Parts: sequence; C-alpha cells; structure tokens
Amino acid sequence: MQYNKIKELIDKAEQENKKISQIVIEEEIYEREIERETVIDEMKEHLKIMRESISEGLTPGHKSATGLTGGEALTLQNSNKSLNTPLYKKVIIKALAVSEVNACMGKIVAGPTAGASGIVPAVLITLTEEHEISEDKLIDALFTAGGLGEVVSKKATLAGAAGGCQAECGVGSAMAAGAAVELMGGTPQQVGDAFALALKNLLGLVCDPVAGLVEVPCVKRNGFAASHALTAVNMALSGISSVIPPDEVIAAMMEIGDLMPVSLKETSEAGLAKTETGQKIAEELQDF
Amino acid sequence: MSVFNVLGPIMIGPSSSHTAGAVKVGYLARSIFKGKLVKADIYLHGSFARTFKGHGTDRALVGGLLGFKPDDERIRDSLNLAKERGVEIELHLSDLRGVHPNTAKLELFGENKEMTIIGSSIGGSRIKIIQIDDYEVDFSGEMPTLWVLHKDEPGEIGIITSILGSYKLNIASMEVFRNKKGEVGSAIIELDHKVSDYVISHLQNMDNIYQVRYIEPF
Repeated sequence: MQYNKIKELIDKAEQENKKISQIVIEEEIYEREIERETVIDEMKEHLKIMRESISEGLTPGHKSATGLTGGEALTLQNSNKSLNTPLYKKVIIKALAVSEVNACMGKIVAGPTAGASGIVPAVLITLTEEHEISEDKLIDALFTAGGLGEVVSKKATLAGAAGGCQAECGVGSAMAAGAAVELMGGTPQQVGDAFALALKNLLGLVCDPVAGLVEVPCVKRNGFAASHALTAVNMALSGISSVIPPDEVIAAMMEIGDLMPVSLKETSEAGLAKTETGQKIAEELQDF
Repeated sequence: MSVFNVLGPIMIGPSSSHTAGAVKVGYLARSIFKGKLVKADIYLHGSFARTFKGHGTDRALVGGLLGFKPDDERIRDSLNLAKERGVEIELHLSDLRGVHPNTAKLELFGENKEMTIIGSSIGGSRIKIIQIDDYEVDFSGEMPTLWVLHKDEPGEIGIITSILGSYKLNIASMEVFRNKKGEVGSAIIELDHKVSDYVISHLQNMDNIYQVRYIEPF
C-alpha cells in the first residue's frame, strides 16, 4: 500500500466518494498484480478461519498446554450473572474464544499479531450479526481494519517487543474501532476518529506476559481491548471527534514505545511477569 | 506489502514470532537442505530456549522441517509425526552468541549429507535465515529466492544475473559472500517472480556453478 498516513486514506476516500476499504482493496490489486476476485476470496478465507476459531473456542474442554488459560469464553457465555449489555458481552466472548484457541495452538488469523488476534473478529463479526449487516460489508470492513494496521506497521510498529502491548492490543482495538465505524455506515473521517480514540486510550500499555507466554494477561486483554473498541465506535458514530488526529496518535505511540524500558517490552523482566504469582508460575513452568 | 501481512497470516498459535516464525525457519531450512531428512539437531537460543514449551517452538520448527506451513494443524503433533517418518529429533538449549533472541540453529543430516542452517524470528511472523553452513546469508523467504554456490572468479556473478535476465526474471536484491578468495562464492538472489525448474537446471548446468537451491515464498 502506497499510503503512509491515515489522513491520506481518508482524503482519498472522501475525494473519490468511496469507503476506505475500497481504497485498500484497490491498492492490494495494484501492488500484487492480481484480480479483485482473488483479493476478496483471500479475505473470505481469512473470515472463515476467524469464524472457525470462535466456534472452536466455545467448544468445551479447551485448555492451553500450560493450563493457564482456556474455557473462559464458555464460562462467560454460560453465565447469567452479567450486566444487561448483550452486545458487549457477545464481543467479549468472541475475543476470549479466539485468544484461547490461539493459546491452545489452534488455528487463528493473526491481526495485527497472534497475541491480539481476538479483537478484530470479535468486534466486526458481532456487529455484523447483531445489526444484520451483509457479508460483503463485513469483508470490506476487514480490509479497512487491515489498511489501518498497515499504516501503523509502516510508521511505527506492531511488535510488543518493540512498542509494548499498545502496539498489539492497542492497535488491534484501533483497527477494530475504525473498521466497525465503516461497517456501521460512518464516514471515512469518523473511521479515523474511532481509530484515534481507541489507540489514544490504550497508549502506554506495556507487554509484561507471565513466563513469556501469550497467555497472562494476553487472553483476557483481548476481551478488554475489544470492548474498548466499542466505546470508541459509540463516540465516533455520534460525531465525537479525536482532538489529536490519528497519525499523530500513531507517532505518539511510537515515541512512547521507544521510551518504554526494555523490561516492559516482551522480555518478562518486570510488571506482571515479576509479581509474586507471576514468578511462581514461571518457576513451575521451567520443568514443564 | 500486502494487507494480509497485517490481517494475517492464518496460523497455528500462540505466537507470531515463537510459533509461526519458527515454522517458517524450519520450512525454509528444509527447502535449502532438499532431500530426505534422517536426523535434526535443533539448538534453541535466547527467548526460544526459555519459552519454547509454552509456545510450541520445538513443534513449530519440527513441523517446518517436515514441510508444514504455519497454518498446518499437524504442527501440534509434529514430534510424533517426525518419529513416524523416521526423522530423529534432538533438542538442545544453547547460547549461540551475538544473534537475535529468537534464533534456532538446525543441524540437518541426510543419508549422505549434512547441513547447518541458522534462522531468526525477527518480529511478527517475519524471519530471516542468517547462516547456511559456513556462509553468512540474509534472506526472509518472502520472495522467490535463489541460493547459488559458484566459483569465485571475475564475471561469475555477471553470468548468473545475465542468465536470470534472459528469462526476464527481475532481481529485487542480491547479496554475495565468500569465505576465501578464489574458492567458492555464495550468492543469495531475491527475485520478483517465481523461478521455473528450467531456469534452475540452466544455472545448475553451468561449469562454474556448483549448487543451486530455489526457495519458494510462503
């Protein structure tokens, strides 16, 4: 993709009176010299795997190799003790389901990483189901999510080891929020606002996984980051804008990532990994 | 860059770097080795050594060696599958010194050959192969790649690139290396388009070209 800024994507979409997804699809066709149908089919295959990972995460008996995670998507689904917020609950269930499948060495679609793979499918698939949106629009929204993430990968980073979890779950949440706004009929400008709002409010998030594994806090964090995206979508669709534009938020994320100590960037040398319980788990897993 | 590098790849979890990346390292190593594999000594370094069990890095590397891609569910059972296929696997925790934290050294043994390949997983599921036997290399496997061993002599590189050019194969990047002047040169050539068997045998039949390996992109 030739675009290096979210603003360029928004401007192009507005000039041509298109959705951001169309710009992203056109870029993919141009760069890879392939047919439109091939590009769309590839995304359909990705969506199929996303759905399969959700279903698999909701089948009983799932536990990760370490036993630290698994089965909690189902716990939430079976519980009637939740708040009266069905949409939020459905989103969290799906995000947990995908992340648990990931932790159990199941098949997932990484996006933007494997550790943050639950957020985009949870938000977009749930909204599509709840609002009876067409499959074509969902496919489009996935391209928007990918396009937004591509800009971040060019201008900053998507690696926890380089930018902390803000670059993984933070960006995942922002991709989901922006794409969801398009899915719900928002303008390209609102897509950018939702993206900026979601990312802005997860800035500074560190990557301090227990025992270096993509389990604690990663699995449940996917649920949080997915529901966080909904807050951004609600605001952006109502016309609330982000004071700081999306590209400046991305730059801020990179600056924060650079300033973040190495001990909090996927090295498990501080934070949750070094809590009493975190260390105990790491020790127990040594001989595992 | 493709949008599917960000919304993708489709892969077996749990980690882009420690699982999908490790599969790619194994897979590329096997493509370079080419031929029947009898035994593999796997040396895990750094974070690979510390967290391989929880991430399935060992199973991922072995899966790759068996020819599985990152989305192949057989990765989970690759250690048993290796046994079934008569491939002996030995795992070692080691310090490879001066390499990326997510690095593995693979010593591969066939019936009458052996080869050592070192690869690093450098973020997301992106990887690079950094050493093949005594040759320093640097390639990702994201593009069609040729590894050519040739006589270290003036004009040899020109011959190789002319042959590729005559088939309208555009070179995206090229890296040459040799251990000792006048002996064997190693060239890593990344191309924009896939390379046919015909082109490979053309190269292979040249007098001063000792070995050609073609690595298809994922």
